[in-house]
Amino acid sequence: MKRLLASLLTASALALTATAAVAEEQDKTKACFIYIGPTGDFGWTYQHDQGRKSVEEAFGDKVETAYLENVPESAEAQRPIEGFARAGCDIIFTTSFNYMDPTNKAAKKFPDVKFEHATGYKRESPNVSTYSSKFYQGRYVQGQIAARMSQTGVAGYIASFPIPEVIRGINSFILGAQSINPDFKLKVVWVSTWFDPPKEADAAKALIDQGVDILTQHTDSTAPMQVAAERDIKAFGQASDMIKFGPETQLTSIIDEWGPYYVERVGAVMNGTWEQHDVWHGMAEGNVVMAPYTNMPDDVAKMAEETAAKIKSGEFEPFTGPIKKQDGTDWLKEGEVADLGTLLGMNFYVAGVDDKLPQ
Amino acid sequence: MILQLEKRPQASPLLSVLSPLLALLLTAAAGLIMFAILGKAPFSALYTYFIEPLTDPWMREQILVKATPLILIAVGLSICFRSSNWNIGAEGQYLMGGLFGAMLPVYFYELQSSLLLPAMLLMGMLGGALYAFVPAILKARFNTNEILSSLMLVYVAQQLVDWVVRGPWRDPGGFGFPGTRSFNESATLPKLWQYGDAHWGAVLAIVSALIMWFVLSKTLQGFKVTVIGTSPRAGRFAGFSAGRLTVVAFLVSGALAGLAGIGEVAGSVGKLDDKLSLGYGFSAIIVAFLGRLNPLGIVAAGLVLALSYIGGEAAQISLGISDRATRVFQGLLLFFVLACDTLIHYKISLTGLRQQKSQGAAG
Repeated sequence: MKRLLASLLTASALALTATAAVAEEQDKTKACFIYIGPTGDFGWTYQHDQGRKSVEEAFGDKVETAYLENVPESAEAQRPIEGFARAGCDIIFTTSFNYMDPTNKAAKKFPDVKFEHATGYKRESPNVSTYSSKFYQGRYVQGQIAARMSQTGVAGYIASFPIPEVIRGINSFILGAQSINPDFKLKVVWVSTWFDPPKEADAAKALIDQGVDILTQHTDSTAPMQVAAERDIKAFGQASDMIKFGPETQLTSIIDEWGPYYVERVGAVMNGTWEQHDVWHGMAEGNVVMAPYTNMPDDVAKMAEETAAKIKSGEFEPFTGPIKKQDGTDWLKEGEVADLGTLLGMNFYVAGVDDKLPQ
Repeated sequence: MILQLEKRPQASPLLSVLSPLLALLLTAAAGLIMFAILGKAPFSALYTYFIEPLTDPWMREQILVKATPLILIAVGLSICFRSSNWNIGAEGQYLMGGLFGAMLPVYFYELQSSLLLPAMLLMGMLGGALYAFVPAILKARFNTNEILSSLMLVYVAQQLVDWVVRGPWRDPGGFGFPGTRSFNESATLPKLWQYGDAHWGAVLAIVSALIMWFVLSKTLQGFKVTVIGTSPRAGRFAGFSAGRLTVVAFLVSGALAGLAGIGEVAGSVGKLDDKLSLGYGFSAIIVAFLGRLNPLGIVAAGLVLALSYIGGEAAQISLGISDRATRVFQGLLLFFVLACDTLIHYKISLTGLRQQKSQGAAG
């Protein structure tokens, strides 16, 4: 009996400390993140988690962060997002395209919580913002490098889903490559996943067997880089600097820097200045950063640097005519720059892509 | 020296009843050690994991949602396991249930009819049952090992579902993401209450558990299951056909797993996609044993396992514990359940090599 009493007392003491802790946390701003993959993917999710850490560094004690990893892009995502809103998160970042509907659904239920959905386009209530980066700017630079470095004149592209963001990247890459070598070809394999190392590796092997000697990817793991290293061809990293996984292999990588944006938005929640918006930052704002140009001759690196500098300063835009669509019809006239709407909803290939766009 | 399991002359009846609770306690103890190693305050972590979700009505509802497929599948498994038919392939039967049931709203996606939903549920049960029939008939006719055949068929079902949602059944307006069109309202299991997440699948799960409990404990059919399961020879003398029971047990089990599959598709998800398989078919094996193969116990066990999912998310949210911890807990739970059951019925004895040698000489 005594022991039972003692344990009851301990339990209630625990509960009391828990309530005290909750009261203390009320002053803190809570920023929460939903991830599609593990934080250790060393790609997409890893970079978002670096952004989360920047928020912690920037605000120290005034902020509290939390994350959920490996959240599937399905109806299963609804519960974690709502769970975050119920757990007292002030701002929730959902960092994959297909969290779009669950994010908007949760936003309607929790009007006081701010939602930030990465790479999406639906903002159904005033507490949902969308944000993305112009990764395609980096793809153009990579395309140019590929055309200079390739012996076979064919590069391989491991793609995830035929959403506009991915198609834009593919098109930008081939445009960059064709600006150097007009006959350059690009083979695409769709793996229908964001993160699945064995599948990504298989796709890499299949592409190499078809004669590509430069590999690039729009998936989140380092597996393609590792396959490229094994097979002794060159490759581009994705989302994060993957040089550790291919010291002799990586040419460069598009690094997604989410930190500044996350710090800005969490700060806005703290000041009460948060407002709905849709942003699309790129190299100019420091959201798209190129990893060091490695494993290539100096003149190629110099060319890449110059192109990146031009894109960054706004002097050059990758989607500038003349550009033909894959079916041979004209898309952009000489000197014409693509409008934002077409870019955001891009659902066609430009000429030179050796693949049929999945419908 | 050699470790041997020796059957105890008499298993303690008290411990037999307490075994699942004992397993839960041991799991909790192992969890405390795990949290301590992870550098979290062990007791408050355990509290977040297993108690806090129960204090919140929304989380309780989520537990019910998660428990629904687990209970349905495990209830079906109970008849299999009781009759010593080791159906390890409930996961595949669950997937085939989802696939068969989804066929109607996929091909007739504009159809609005009150008959649609019942037809889908029946199709789901049919799909699961047909898929379970394969290992059953192989065992009954050719004495094939049903553990292997049922397990291998899981992978076939996974690939099949994966293929249809990426290929022929893919939503034309879905940006290529694997999954069918979203079903319309008449193809969706209604929610239990407005604005809620719990759907009528939960009711189906409870009702099926009650029916199975009645059949197993109150009818001659149930008696046959127990007799053949515990002593096949006695069953044969009594004129019960083990082969027929194998087929029946697999059909029932498959049908319930199939119902769980279409229940998830039509209830929680609203379409068939490649994330239908979250390992419920395997987790349900833990549920079946934790519930002592008793359908009513399974209802409780299903809720416990669902708690481990929801608590795992809560712990990830508030403590930053990796989602892998959930799987560790489930593994520990099964391990301790089986260990407790084994050690209640058997004792470990150390046999000296010499003794073994002399036995060898004598034999």
